Amino acid sequence: MLLFIALPILSVLLQSVHTPHDAVLIEIENCGPFGCTTSTTMDQEATRALRDEQPLGKFVGLDIYFDRGHLAVREVVQVWAESEGIGDFLASLNNLPFYRAMGFTLTFTFTVTPLMLIFGFMIALGVNSLHRKLKGFLIFFSLLPMIVSPLIGSLVLFWMIDSRGIIGSALQWIFSDPDLSLKASTGLTWVMLIVYGVWHAAPFSFIVLYAGLQTLPQDTLESAQIDGASRWQQVRYVVIPHLMPLITFIALIQLMDNFRVFEPIVGFNSAAHATSLSWFIFNDLSGETRLLSSAATSSVLTIIGVSILLAPVLVRTWRDFNAKG
Amino acid sequence: MSSYSLSEKRRPLKLKILIWGLVGLWLVVAAFPFFWTLWGSFKVEADFFSKADWANALTAPRTVAEHGTAFIGEAYHGAWVQEEFWRAAVNTFLVCFFVVCTSLTIGTLGGYALSRSSYRYAFWLLIAALIFRAMPPITLVAGYLLPFFEWNLWGHLATTIIVLVAINQPFTLWMLHSFFQKIPKELDESAKVDGCTQFQAFRHVIIPVMWPGVITTGLFSFLLAYNDFAVTSILLSKENQTMVPKIASFLGTTQTEGNVMFAVAAVVSATVPLFLLVLFFQRQIVSGLTQGAVKG
Repeated sequence: MLLFIALPILSVLLQSVHTPHDAVLIEIENCGPFGCTTSTTMDQEATRALRDEQPLGKFVGLDIYFDRGHLAVREVVQVWAESEGIGDFLASLNNLPFYRAMGFTLTFTFTVTPLMLIFGFMIALGVNSLHRKLKGFLIFFSLLPMIVSPLIGSLVLFWMIDSRGIIGSALQWIFSDPDLSLKASTGLTWVMLIVYGVWHAAPFSFIVLYAGLQTLPQDTLESAQIDGASRWQQVRYVVIPHLMPLITFIALIQLMDNFRVFEPIVGFNSAAHATSLSWFIFNDLSGETRLLSSAATSSVLTIIGVSILLAPVLVRTWRDFNAKG
Repeated sequence: MSSYSLSEKRRPLKLKILIWGLVGLWLVVAAFPFFWTLWGSFKVEADFFSKADWANALTAPRTVAEHGTAFIGEAYHGAWVQEEFWRAAVNTFLVCFFVVCTSLTIGTLGGYALSRSSYRYAFWLLIAALIFRAMPPITLVAGYLLPFFEWNLWGHLATTIIVLVAINQPFTLWMLHSFFQKIPKELDESAKVDGCTQFQAFRHVIIPVMWPGVITTGLFSFLLAYNDFAVTSILLSKENQTMVPKIASFLGTTQTEGNVMFAVAAVVSATVPLFLLVLFFQRQIVSGLTQGAVKG
């Protein structure tokens, strides 16, 4: 296990401080009857020899981290100096690919997580009050959006949202705008992706919260009823506090899952308007030129992001575990 | 059952309507896209993506006009035969089968050993599982890629299986570990008193009791392998692709007429196994999802 966890991280770290070798160039002077010309050609053999000798490439330190494709320190400083006000600064920041990806990833994470919790809770309350036979049926269909591959799920929605698909044409009809296309505008693309995220994740919170509702203590609820609590008050002061540990658990899991949002961007074909950190890495890795070191750098930055996100959780788990043990 | 069914009779009509409305809406939102796509996959593209009228997807005038019947299997034929989607299906089956087998073998043995040892592995396992859940698998893939190129391992199914198992393993171990912990130690002690060796106790006493846990864990590693896109799309060569990256590659060539319908058919074909899985193993999936929460 160690082999497959520690080594790739190490390898990523190593790659991120290297860059492919420049080709070895030689100058050749061609002298003919009409004077001499110099042409520069690549020395294939020397280049290959150099590449074989050091497959990682040459050591460049943290240069890649700071270049335009990643942290872009120089550009950020420049933008900061030129822009007037925070809004302007953020807008210019949005032109740098890494920050754009990060912006979307964070927005996605912090909108989808609360929304899916609220929806999941409402559905759980609703389903819980239904007849027993219906529950099984509902749970069956609720599992579907969660269990299908994210790519497949997003494609299914994407085709419906297409301006020639059913939801797309419905929206055009509602807003009576025949040219309305969700794919064309950045804002709407984000909304679309967030809706997909909620659709995909709500079943999870629904199932977990629904299971939590089954363990609700009857007597507390009864005494609340005797004390004259209204239905809303019962939910607010009895049900929600009882479910609180579950809600934190779901929130944590979802924060992690949403932070690595990736497949929907491929499925919705929305890279022009919204990119996520994972997609950013994927884009470097796939295609003709595999930009390994660039991808590795983004990976390291992403891992750092995850660990910042995860640090409170780890600390809490550590404390809980010590308290228990 | 629950407290809410207690007060069922006293519920005002307004609330009832609200609940039914909400649940009904959710049912439509959750299930409708799948049925819509299934229905549409038997049409021609001009009907499923109709410029003129959305109702064309239901009545399919173009499909009738071109083929004489409202239900055609052209898209499936195109995807499975012409684009060789069956090859991807076979690959998916191989990958899933071996991932599940390997991770369960390591997981049951390891989880059993960990749960019977006195040292507090549990915490570190939990941490490893958490970290792996949190890290986008794609960040690791970047690390695997260069060594795999160097050693000529890239593109083979076996490599991908190993990587998927590795990514999956902390989670599998942790899940099985907590299942094993529920089985009382007395059970293997009494087996040993009856003259079993440690391994025999594991094989003949513990595993039969463990089946539900093993099945649940197996389901989850199957889902991981089946749904994965990041690892399989990068680590597999074109002819070894599994279903999900194959569908993604259909998307790249949507320009030519009919290709979109191939992708639709492929998506439907890839959803069917999952549909069956939920149908038969709903209880295990739900228990697996909630088990982690109830413990944590």
